[in-house]
Amino acid sequence: MAALPRLDLRGIAKTYGTTRANAGIDLTVMPGEIHALLGENGAGKSTLVKIIYGVVQPDAGEISWEGRGVAIPDPNAARALGIGMVFQHFSLFETLTVTENIALGLNATEPLPALAARIAATAARYGLAVDPARHVHHLSVGERQRVEILRCLLQQPRLLIMDEPTSVLTPQEVEGLFAMLRRLAAEGCSILYISHKLAEIQALCDRATVLRAGRVTGECEPRTTSPAAMAEMMVGRAVGQPDRPPRPAPGAAVLEARALTLPAADPFGTALNAIDLTLRAGEILGIAGVAGNGQKELLAALTGERLAPVNAMIALAGQPCGRQGTAARRRAGLAAIPEERLGRGAVAELSLTENALLTGTDGPNVRHGLVRFAALRRFAAGVISAFRVVAASPEASAASLSGGNMQKFIIGREVGHEPRVLIAAHPTWGVDVGAALAIHQSLLDLAAAGMAILIVSEDLEELFLLCDRIAVLHAGRLSAPTAVADTTIDAVGLLMGGLHDAIAA
Amino acid sequence: MRLRLERRDVPSDAMRLLSPVIAVGIATIGAAILFAALGRDPLACLRTLFLAPLDSVAGITELALKATPLLLCALGIAVGVRANVWNIGAEGQFTIGAIAGGAVALALGPDGGWSVLPLTLLAGIAGGMAWAAIAAVLRTRFNAHEILVTLMLSYVAIQLLGWIVRGPLRDPDGFNFPQSRQFDASALLPTLIDGARMTVASLFALAAVPATALLLNRTLAGYRLRVVGLAPGAARYAGFSESASIWFCLLLSGGLAGLAGICEVAGPIGQLLPSISPGYGFAAIITAFLGRLAPLGILFASLLMALLYLGGEALQITQQLPLAATGVIQGMILFVLLGADVFTLYRLRFAATHRHA
Repeated sequence: MAALPRLDLRGIAKTYGTTRANAGIDLTVMPGEIHALLGENGAGKSTLVKIIYGVVQPDAGEISWEGRGVAIPDPNAARALGIGMVFQHFSLFETLTVTENIALGLNATEPLPALAARIAATAARYGLAVDPARHVHHLSVGERQRVEILRCLLQQPRLLIMDEPTSVLTPQEVEGLFAMLRRLAAEGCSILYISHKLAEIQALCDRATVLRAGRVTGECEPRTTSPAAMAEMMVGRAVGQPDRPPRPAPGAAVLEARALTLPAADPFGTALNAIDLTLRAGEILGIAGVAGNGQKELLAALTGERLAPVNAMIALAGQPCGRQGTAARRRAGLAAIPEERLGRGAVAELSLTENALLTGTDGPNVRHGLVRFAALRRFAAGVISAFRVVAASPEASAASLSGGNMQKFIIGREVGHEPRVLIAAHPTWGVDVGAALAIHQSLLDLAAAGMAILIVSEDLEELFLLCDRIAVLHAGRLSAPTAVADTTIDAVGLLMGGLHDAIAA
Repeated sequence: MRLRLERRDVPSDAMRLLSPVIAVGIATIGAAILFAALGRDPLACLRTLFLAPLDSVAGITELALKATPLLLCALGIAVGVRANVWNIGAEGQFTIGAIAGGAVALALGPDGGWSVLPLTLLAGIAGGMAWAAIAAVLRTRFNAHEILVTLMLSYVAIQLLGWIVRGPLRDPDGFNFPQSRQFDASALLPTLIDGARMTVASLFALAAVPATALLLNRTLAGYRLRVVGLAPGAARYAGFSESASIWFCLLLSGGLAGLAGICEVAGPIGQLLPSISPGYGFAAIITAFLGRLAPLGILFASLLMALLYLGGEALQITQQLPLAATGVIQGMILFVLLGADVFTLYRLRFAATHRHA
């Protein structure tokens, strides 16, 4: 007997302004199937799942749920049908317990102790280790995700949507998540799994639908399709690997942290605990870790946005600078590429020319307190051509560029000031594959030319691709760095999960 | 059916510039309705409001006289708003500027020589700055928002003026009237045209227009202010200090408001009185937004707002309308302007509550 599809979409279209986010998308998810929705950032995955979950209304198209046409005007309607969704960004109250958070999401009148018992039972059944009585602010990111998943499971969903769930997990936590999802699927629940990580999709999913620029560009069985073929469907052309130009032998230490200790800036922040780090000219050092383990704090301390308590805790080219702010450290040869592009690395409302001034106020761009816009425009135009930034002109606003192009501009701007040390936070986060390749290539080229580069990333594949050595940040402590050749993704994953002390002992 | 505001991808530049014109147009219609409702001939009232003040040289010099304090205060407010520093207490800084400058003028008296006027003006500027500095300290030290602090300090300043003209600086020969002695001629600003009350203060204000434009658009300092205002995260990343920009904006706008205050009492008024401003400091907020926070726009906006003051006075005389009618019209302009800005940035969508996809 041919089963009815759990969910069947026909010709879904959604246009925002002039952007066609979804242009006639068909998608079929069968009962008990783990179905991957694959695509680059901006391909239309988020819009499509928001339509399925009732957050966004489509302009055209039909939705069938178990064989009958339905409208999903809001998330309540989606939940009533049996659709659950775990978003990339969690919506949990830090100051409430797990049970209280889940009760709020359920809109139920069930007494809390009874609910707590149900949570514990469901958690045990699916192997989701969560204590219902704990406050959310004590939980790790992985545990918070389990709370979100439990919230969905308690409503007995028949379709669970997971939006990029593994970006906040260690490799071991990913394995646990996958085991849970397989068990759920075996019980008949369909899973729509959104990702751009091909290895995960091959390991987990039965079928995949690939989106590009708002259209379906292919369907495949991930287990029998090569990653290269899936990447090509996703990007529209063959995807290469960056070249590795020969490296000079590592030179002198240019950035050092010595017993860097910094209390948390806010109650939910992470304190840095005795961090030691040495970065040499011509090497790329990677810092891995699950988000929220002190990455923001370490970056702020190294760039000077937060001052260290003792000057000697940080040194640039041998000179102590822990008490110096960002401007002084920039003059000493430090450049930084922040995690957020708009609002931090660049000002959305200003032109590229004006954005070039953000970190270039010391050079020839300013004379007698007056901005020399002609010099600035030349600098911006130079960055645009050297880094192949797709922009209408140096006068285009930062907001008008795609994420990848803005990131290339920011990297080009920082490199254009000829720093000795470049600190890059999540350099290819939210960037399309083509731009990511260009960014990886330029980081490798810069290191080969003798620049010292520190990369903080949650993407282990990226770190293993680029770095010479990798250290892991966990709970504000940094492990001793190991050469990439001497370690594995699994070993780094154990450190990310907090086995730091076990290994050190 | 329900209404929804949806952000526009690209707000139209033309609409951004047109919205003040639209706002004035709609407010004019609103004013006509208001006049009719008050039982007056709307057309005659509008003529009195907008045209009658401009039909003589004297009228035009009075316009410049009224536009001057508005322009000075509004330029400072606009620089602040561009840096996300909201000084809405220009009225208070204006008042303290007048008190400080006035005290110096009265103390130096008739035999201070040529230095009396410059010292008087400097004291006025310093007074306005000092009053704004209170807000700057409270904001940078205790995170008390300047919107509330500057506003509340305005009322303190006005009460202070009321006490000073009844107490320490009361004219001993003034029959107990709440006013100071007349300033000596050496402390008064020269007039520009014989017989008109317009003073060199109008030139100060005019000179402040290109100076502010230069500051905002061409200098590194202005760039820093704009970055702090637009993206505080980017400012921290670049190393631009937020508290430096709060101090700079409050001292600049306080100083300009203080200058406006002392120019008023060392100009057309000539002494300290319990009431020295028909709300210039507050009207300057409207002026700044009506001028799109751009110096040249603010110049035009200050002339329009000055015209409303003059026209409002004429309405009181010829049409026996209350002064509050002017305030209502000012308020309507700001209200419609803000409304027009909402529609420049957003579009209104009618969405069905149930849609079958």
